[in-house]
Amino acid sequence: MSARTLSAPPIGQRRKIGDTGDKIFAALCIGSGGFVLVLLGAIIVTLFIGGLPAFERFGVEFIWGTTWNPVEGREEFGAGVSILGTVVSSLLAIIFAVPVAFGIAFFLTELAPGWLKRPIGTAIELLAAVPSIIYGMWGLFIVVPFVQKNIQLAFGEQLASIPLIGFLFDSTNFAGTSLFSASIVLAIMILPFIAATMRDVFEQVPPVYKESAYGLGATRWEVMTGVVIPYTRVSVVGGVMLGLGRALGETMAVTFVIGNANRIAHSLFDSTTTIASVIAMEFPESLAGSLQQSALFALGFLLFVISFIVLAVSRWLLRPRLK
Amino acid sequence: MSATTAGAFARSPAEVKVQRALGRRRKLVDELVRWFCLAATAVGLFFLASIMVTLLWRGVVALDWIVLTQEFQPTRYGDDSLPKGGLVHAIVGSLIQTSIATAIGTPIGLFVGTYLSEYARGSKFGYSVRFISDILLSAPSVLIGLFIYQIFVLPTGGFSGMAGALALAIIVIPVVVRTTEDMLQLIPNTLREAVVALGAPKWKMITLVAWRAALSGILTGILLAFARIMGETAPLLLTSFGNNILSTDLSRAMASLPVSIYQQANSGFPDLIEIAWSGALIVTLTVLVVNILARVALRKRK
Repeated sequence: MSARTLSAPPIGQRRKIGDTGDKIFAALCIGSGGFVLVLLGAIIVTLFIGGLPAFERFGVEFIWGTTWNPVEGREEFGAGVSILGTVVSSLLAIIFAVPVAFGIAFFLTELAPGWLKRPIGTAIELLAAVPSIIYGMWGLFIVVPFVQKNIQLAFGEQLASIPLIGFLFDSTNFAGTSLFSASIVLAIMILPFIAATMRDVFEQVPPVYKESAYGLGATRWEVMTGVVIPYTRVSVVGGVMLGLGRALGETMAVTFVIGNANRIAHSLFDSTTTIASVIAMEFPESLAGSLQQSALFALGFLLFVISFIVLAVSRWLLRPRLK
Repeated sequence: MSATTAGAFARSPAEVKVQRALGRRRKLVDELVRWFCLAATAVGLFFLASIMVTLLWRGVVALDWIVLTQEFQPTRYGDDSLPKGGLVHAIVGSLIQTSIATAIGTPIGLFVGTYLSEYARGSKFGYSVRFISDILLSAPSVLIGLFIYQIFVLPTGGFSGMAGALALAIIVIPVVVRTTEDMLQLIPNTLREAVVALGAPKWKMITLVAWRAALSGILTGILLAFARIMGETAPLLLTSFGNNILSTDLSRAMASLPVSIYQQANSGFPDLIEIAWSGALIVTLTVLVVNILARVALRKRK
């Protein structure tokens, strides 16, 4: 805005008063903007400082070490299991969620009649508003028993006898709280974010392009694969990354259903743990200043770095389409 | 597609056959995809319905006046003569912390949003502020809890309601920034120019005209932020920790609905789990109703 050039010529005191107000207000606005930058910087620095003793003690090996032993005197910590659990559960969630999210976005942009678009769109967005602790409880009391009875017990043995990939389903853990349950719950949680982003970017495709394709006799699916997807490819990947970033940091829902065992999951039905749930489970009970607490800070720092990279890439990819 | 048009000129019987088969296949694929999309949407709606039905079905059982007016009581499993517990400590704690968090986070978010919309157009600094604010919007909330623990809980000597409110305030900021900026950008530039042409300084233009024109949108953002932090659990676990008695002292550990739900749901006692379900019902209904209200307000504007 070119307020200054537009304002009246300088006539005495009045302009001066206006100027001071402007300066104060502008300083407030810019200061708040700067505050946000400082805040993020402070979070990174604080987490790193908190984790420093653990990094010093275990060195780089902390990142892939798999022992997690908080017993006093024999303390040894490694982030390997929880990093692996975080990444694998989030990737599985993406694999489950993306096709469904794509279907919903396609339905909302191309297939649904006008009067149906808004209510269904709102319902999907409300799914994103449900607090994660609710997903956790629902997951623990509904999804976990379902997975245990109707998937693992019913199909586990048949699935385990499939050559080559059978080991993925072969587990001695029958509690139901497993990597698989966690991925299912995570998938449902990130579904609305991915679907809403996809819908928004699909709607940005100029109607003329689509109409031309329809005019040539293309079916809806051909318009989707031939026009909409090529036009929005980068942003769709950005939306998926946004979902991945959300999944990586999800805490309460995962804590309820993953089983929280510091073991590498060899099968989908094994229980394991994630960075966020280790922090939520152990931090409130850890002693201030202990090595355990420092290790948890170090885990938090690693989680922050991972999700920062994913979210930054997502923002960067979405930049041209969504502001 | 080009094959179809070419085929219209020279048709051998074999080509016609191929074309018909191709047409059938294209239609079939289209039909299959349509059913797949319908199914996907149904799946999404099914999950929402399943969550709501589960909450209502299990939450209503224990939802009574006692839950809303009594503090936590240990389980009375196997002995019905013991007093029944409730969640009033958690409801009050949640309201206090979310209100303070909204009161702290809103002005900061409002100024950042105003900066992005009114001052930062195209500048590098503005771009990075927007970028970082968007990252904060999706950053893992448990890490914000760790951050407040380190800079506030440790120096002040213990878990406190104030620490919880500060952690939630950090979550409020990016939500308010996003909606404020979006809403201010909807205001036509001619309105701004008209005000400035009358000789008003920029800050008066923003506070008296732009903010007022975007008021309902900004309020929507605040409501959405409020709804978002109502259900936050992880950061509170590390900052205000939870408490079993009614406490309004901000310098001590304070209960909150999500944390109480978490503790009671994991207690293993059926009667406490029932109370956790009613708490879950209260939280979810509040969050969804606030969300729907915010959306309705926003739709009227548009």
